[in-house]
Amino acid sequence: MSTRLANGGRLLNRGKPLEFTFNGKHLRGVEGDTLASALLANDQMLVGRSFKYHRPRGIVASGGEEPNALVGLGENGRFEPNQRVTTTELFDGLTCASQNHWPSLEFDVGAVNAKLSRFLPAGFYYKMFIHPRPFWKHIYEPIIRQSAGLGKAPRDRDQDSYEHFYAFYDVVVIGGGVAGLQAARAAGAAGAKVLLMEQTPHWGGRAPVDGGTVDGQPVDKFVDEIVSELETMANVTLRTRMMGAGVYDHGYMLGYERLNDHRPDAAGPRHRLWRIRAAQIVTATGAIERPLSFAGNDIPGVMLASAVRDYVVNYGVSIGDRTVIVTNNDDAYRTAITLKKQGLEVPVILDARASGGGALADEARALGIRIENGKAIAKVKGGKRVEGVAICLQAGEGAVLEEVKCDAIAMSGGWSPVVHLWSHCGGKLLWDDEKAMFRPDVDNPPTGADGARFVLPAGAADGEMHLPRVLENANAAGRAAAQAAGHASKPGTLPVGETQDEAPITPVWMMPQGAGIKLRMKAWLDYQNDVKVSDVQLAAREGFESVEHAKRYTTLGMATDQGKLSNINGLAILSDTLGQAIPQTGTTTFRPPYTPISLASIAGPARDATFQPLRRTPMHGWHEANGAYFEPVGAWRRPYCFQKAGESITDAVQREVKATRDSLGLLDASTLGKIIVKGPDAGRFLDMLYTNMMSNLKPGRCRYGLMCNENGFLMDDGVVARLDDDTFLCHTTTGGADSIHAHMEEWLQTEWWDWKVYTANVTEQYAQIAVVGPKARKVLEKLTDDDVSADALSFMGWKDITLAGITARAYRISFSGELSYEVAVPASQGRALWDALLAAGKEFGVTPYGTEALHIMRAEKGFIMIGDETDGTVIPQDLGLDWAISKKKEDYLGKRAQERSHMTDPTRWKLVGLQTLDGSTLPDGAYATADGTNANGQRNVQGRVTSSYHSPTLGRGIAMGLVLNGPARMGDVLDFPKVDGTVIKAKIVDPIFYDKDGEKQNV
Amino acid sequence: MKRYSAFAVAREALRYHMGWERAWASPEPKKKYDVIIVGAGGHGLATAYYLGRNFGITNVAVLEKGWLGGGNTGRNTTIIRSNYLQDPSAAIYEKSRSLYETLSQDLNYNVMYSPRGVMMLAQTQHEIRGYERTAHANALQGVSTEFISPSRVKELVPIINIDGPRYPVLGALWQPRAGTARHDAVAWGYARACSAMGMHIIQKCEVTGISREGGKVTGVTTNRGDIACDKLGIVVAGHSGHLADMAGFRLPVESVALQALVSEPIKPCMDVVVMANTVHGYMSQSDKGEMVIGGGADGYNNFTQRGSFHHIEETVRALIETFPMISRLKMLRQWGGIVDMTGDRSPILSRTPVEGVFINCGWGTGGFKAIPGSGWGFAELMAKGHAPLCDEFSLNRFREGRFIDESVAAGVAH
Amino acid sequence: MLILTCPCCGVTAEETEFHPGGEAHVKRFGPGSNDDEFHSYLFEKVNPKGVHFERWRHANGCGKWFNAARCTVTLEVFGTYSAQTTEPPQDIKDKISAKRPGWSWREFA
Repeated sequence: MSTRLANGGRLLNRGKPLEFTFNGKHLRGVEGDTLASALLANDQMLVGRSFKYHRPRGIVASGGEEPNALVGLGENGRFEPNQRVTTTELFDGLTCASQNHWPSLEFDVGAVNAKLSRFLPAGFYYKMFIHPRPFWKHIYEPIIRQSAGLGKAPRDRDQDSYEHFYAFYDVVVIGGGVAGLQAARAAGAAGAKVLLMEQTPHWGGRAPVDGGTVDGQPVDKFVDEIVSELETMANVTLRTRMMGAGVYDHGYMLGYERLNDHRPDAAGPRHRLWRIRAAQIVTATGAIERPLSFAGNDIPGVMLASAVRDYVVNYGVSIGDRTVIVTNNDDAYRTAITLKKQGLEVPVILDARASGGGALADEARALGIRIENGKAIAKVKGGKRVEGVAICLQAGEGAVLEEVKCDAIAMSGGWSPVVHLWSHCGGKLLWDDEKAMFRPDVDNPPTGADGARFVLPAGAADGEMHLPRVLENANAAGRAAAQAAGHASKPGTLPVGETQDEAPITPVWMMPQGAGIKLRMKAWLDYQNDVKVSDVQLAAREGFESVEHAKRYTTLGMATDQGKLSNINGLAILSDTLGQAIPQTGTTTFRPPYTPISLASIAGPARDATFQPLRRTPMHGWHEANGAYFEPVGAWRRPYCFQKAGESITDAVQREVKATRDSLGLLDASTLGKIIVKGPDAGRFLDMLYTNMMSNLKPGRCRYGLMCNENGFLMDDGVVARLDDDTFLCHTTTGGADSIHAHMEEWLQTEWWDWKVYTANVTEQYAQIAVVGPKARKVLEKLTDDDVSADALSFMGWKDITLAGITARAYRISFSGELSYEVAVPASQGRALWDALLAAGKEFGVTPYGTEALHIMRAEKGFIMIGDETDGTVIPQDLGLDWAISKKKEDYLGKRAQERSHMTDPTRWKLVGLQTLDGSTLPDGAYATADGTNANGQRNVQGRVTSSYHSPTLGRGIAMGLVLNGPARMGDVLDFPKVDGTVIKAKIVDPIFYDKDGEKQNV
Repeated sequence: MKRYSAFAVAREALRYHMGWERAWASPEPKKKYDVIIVGAGGHGLATAYYLGRNFGITNVAVLEKGWLGGGNTGRNTTIIRSNYLQDPSAAIYEKSRSLYETLSQDLNYNVMYSPRGVMMLAQTQHEIRGYERTAHANALQGVSTEFISPSRVKELVPIINIDGPRYPVLGALWQPRAGTARHDAVAWGYARACSAMGMHIIQKCEVTGISREGGKVTGVTTNRGDIACDKLGIVVAGHSGHLADMAGFRLPVESVALQALVSEPIKPCMDVVVMANTVHGYMSQSDKGEMVIGGGADGYNNFTQRGSFHHIEETVRALIETFPMISRLKMLRQWGGIVDMTGDRSPILSRTPVEGVFINCGWGTGGFKAIPGSGWGFAELMAKGHAPLCDEFSLNRFREGRFIDESVAAGVAH
Repeated sequence: MLILTCPCCGVTAEETEFHPGGEAHVKRFGPGSNDDEFHSYLFEKVNPKGVHFERWRHANGCGKWFNAARCTVTLEVFGTYSAQTTEPPQDIKDKISAKRPGWSWREFA
């Protein structure tokens, strides 16, 4: 059984006990524990269930590579599924629960899958559940979904906050082991601005556990000293609990800092995502030990040899009293030696190499440990925990030579450098036959904006496993990175490491070498996803020969650990089965993040009220206080209508229309785009931009204009006012303000760059209020001494006036068909004018109105609305706007496009009014049917509704639409089916429903 | 081809699964085929399959530079829907969707088509009108959709936040028979069925040249020798321009990176696919339990299969706003695909200036859902010279100004 | 995530400060052009795997348009230059030629 030892535990503060619960059980740990070490200290070997077969799962690793031990952590607004216990620091009061089982971890009904595992090989679901057809959706899929998935879905809103940092460094070093520390020191000494990040709370990485010396001192001492030195360097920033999550193009990278995961009640954000631009990145990310593929290697109690060592040395926890070591390299001997020195039993070391180990083996032998060379595990005994091993020859087929009782197995299949961050942005890999590993191909690195390398590997991440060479390699990487970032490197201090030499590794991909199918079906590659050696071999037999095929077919490496333990082993089995070398098979692509990062950290602080910036007009506060029902329009929120107490939205809209038509309405039109176009060539420029002529507009006058894109489609409209000979003010739609300004600049800067024109988007500089209705002039007259009579300020004219003491510009334009002035004032005066108009208009029953009343009134007048009558495929000619298309101009944007055959096709649908026979309102977007169907069996159509409203003015439905030969078919009746199939009949009429001669607006 | 079934799995289990045959053969190329398809992605394989099934043309080779299904077929968010606005789009996507319904049975391969329903949220008045229009159009196109209320949205997707604050859900366009499928299985299923008809799927075979005589195609040059053919179909997504160059014509296509991501797997919490176009994000839950999230596309040409992180940020932020409970889930993996954008964002299925050469490209972000329909139509186009499903998607439409623009109804093409 | 230098204001900044604007050095064809010319101008954009000339706007900065020479496969940026020119400046062409031997202006693979 696993237990806390009386001594040891370099990371523990035994004086500070902590309490926590697992599946409701109250357990104790100490400060410095990870949740993994604390669970093991309480003999909690079984911690979860696998994905497919619901096999019992125990902790297998000690770091971010852990595939098995995932728990649901916390409760309610702090609940988080799939939290790895190996990277969760223990804190007082932590609560967690195991996952993927029912009804309990100990007794899981889903484990029946394991009994059936022979019938559920890789890809079985592609071959089954095909008939009968409805069963997939209704029976099979729900069962599979219920059985799959890991943790529970959170239910509550996240209680925590998150933030982003933006940072710029010459050199970012990822990984705070001895390699990272030395690389940072070398780069820092050269004068580079350095960030060093370490994903755990501790500096030093594995080296302090693995032994050896640096400059004659224990590694721990060296780590303390170098950290102190780095802390004194002003140009070096150190961060623990921060993982290099991803490397992206041009030196962009993400650092994922877990600020409060270990102290959830502390103030401040929980995670901080660092968004870093680095000139150079050093990946000192270490290496991960590989499991060995023998039958029963997934039983709780089978653990990576390095992890067994970590738990003893770092946390004073033993995994078992009797630990069998199985290895193909020298490193695992360190575990045997550590255990033995702790007074624990190591019954035997099974070294698959016929020639055995080197100096470390000698040391182990000297301690009295039995070593068997050329031996392997035939099978592990036990169910929910290890009970013993059956020993066989590695070279054979698994005939059992001997059985040995044990309660833990420490395995080592060699080491794989962590090349993820090297590879994220295109760094290539080399297969190193001698070391049996993929390591970075430094001649094919990720390249940046200048085409030069921007990532360098260091230490074990570069395939160097031997302490002295790790330090040399890291020192060189740090210097090279600084140099590449423009900091000439000085030869600094190179610490000298010392450790035992190791005998070469012998690759062992299957144990024993000739294992039969029954053993291969029990030899796990991917623990979480239940992929076994036999599965990869089956994939290869069935023709899934590319590594991508095999991975996708078997799901190897697709679990939450993304194959950190399984990819290389699986790849080797695949290569072996195909009879080709590993590099020929290739690797899968590494994708960010290195280990999963919270979605909330990606979103950062932008949530709820700060989700997106909100644009407010100067009158926004008044709207909010006066019953505005808002609609989002771009980043603005515009009042759709102003609801009075007890009033429905529909009623409010109808009231606003009526009040405006009868007397006086006010519209906050500030969101409309306002762009100044100025310069000697301004007229010429606007002639190119608008379909109609603008250059001959007289100062003091306004003209409605249409803008098309180069494809000929109508993109925006608005009123242009000529302010003086040189200057125009172009009004755009609300949504078009920024894009039209950008459109203008694009043409000015990239096509007509010699034209003398300046543009300025002054949308937010002015508040604009439409004063609309028969009493509009009366209310203005109350507030101004200027002459705003029909003679002094005629329809489609503008004039500077002083209104309520405010300098204002009044445009006599109308989008409602009523007498109307749009008054622009400096934004800071907008609210004052609004208030003044409300006060002065009181006697006329002044009524602020929203966008829907605006829409209804323009529809009653037959005015088109960009986005309703247009949809990006409509040209002005479709809308009967030929009068606004200059015949005199040689060119304007869109003119050539409108000459194309489809644009001049006489059968294009044209704008008409539509009037239902029964007075009802046509549904928005309804189509008019024609006889028959097209070649694809779709009902033929001959028109559609583009706008439809109930008109309070006329007391019935009105609509506009585009209809085949529409203008020539006045009086024809069309069928408009509703979605429920019933048909509304509507007559084609003139689109102007109200005041056809325009008498009301021109008084 | 041995049939797949539960019985076959049980039978093979007794033999420890040693008796399964290859899913598709791996033959050496012949000197000549009637038809060569370049590109063994979903669209290319489906084209080959329907050439055989519908027209009896089986002397077909599908040439693939890498591994079949290794492009966008295997790197998308697997959404299948046909609630398109314009007639030609609705026709081909609905044909596709209806073929997906029975694809597992047709191919004897479980592609796991899951008609769980797709909803597109309306969060502005403009979107409401756009989706109402689409619902009307769909009714006449034979596509079953409806515009549903916010309370119905909440009923179908309990984890959604319909109250805003910034963009309350005002309704949704709902297509109950839309859904998802297992992307790899679609490619593998078609490949197996093609192979069973005697067609040659030749992987690791890169086309380096296209031979012509008198304006007509005669064959291709590859790294595995010259191969002659009467007709050539180019179905290579991100590499279309490159192949068109070889054949001597240009395409109105630009390639950009589109991104997606998945969370760690959790137990079932969302049964339908939700697309929120105002805030730019869409999400579904895979059978495995991962939340599958689609993000934005870069606006610049890019062949790296890596995109810009700020799109991921924008998408995740939007989805947390829409589904607050995903906040504490973790991103497991993000990736990019290269998508081809045409002048109107709709695909090209067309004859070309070279006789005998046909092009199928420009699917943008909508390729996966179209695979069976595209294969069906393109096979007919290649066999007969025209096809109702394809005719509107010709290369000529840009010259004529006859756009098929789906962005018009707010229904951005995902 | 690209970084680009705006040649107008000299700022080197994140991709998010800029707005991409498609192929550069496209000649406009307006009224009077034939169908082929107009079609080619609007739609037949180059889509090279390799050296590409494209337009960018420093949208969240000085607002100016400029051109960039960039590799679409490695994302290497060979240089940025004024948008107000009909072909890439010689120094940019030289730089590309040095890094991509055999490359020549307007000859796309």
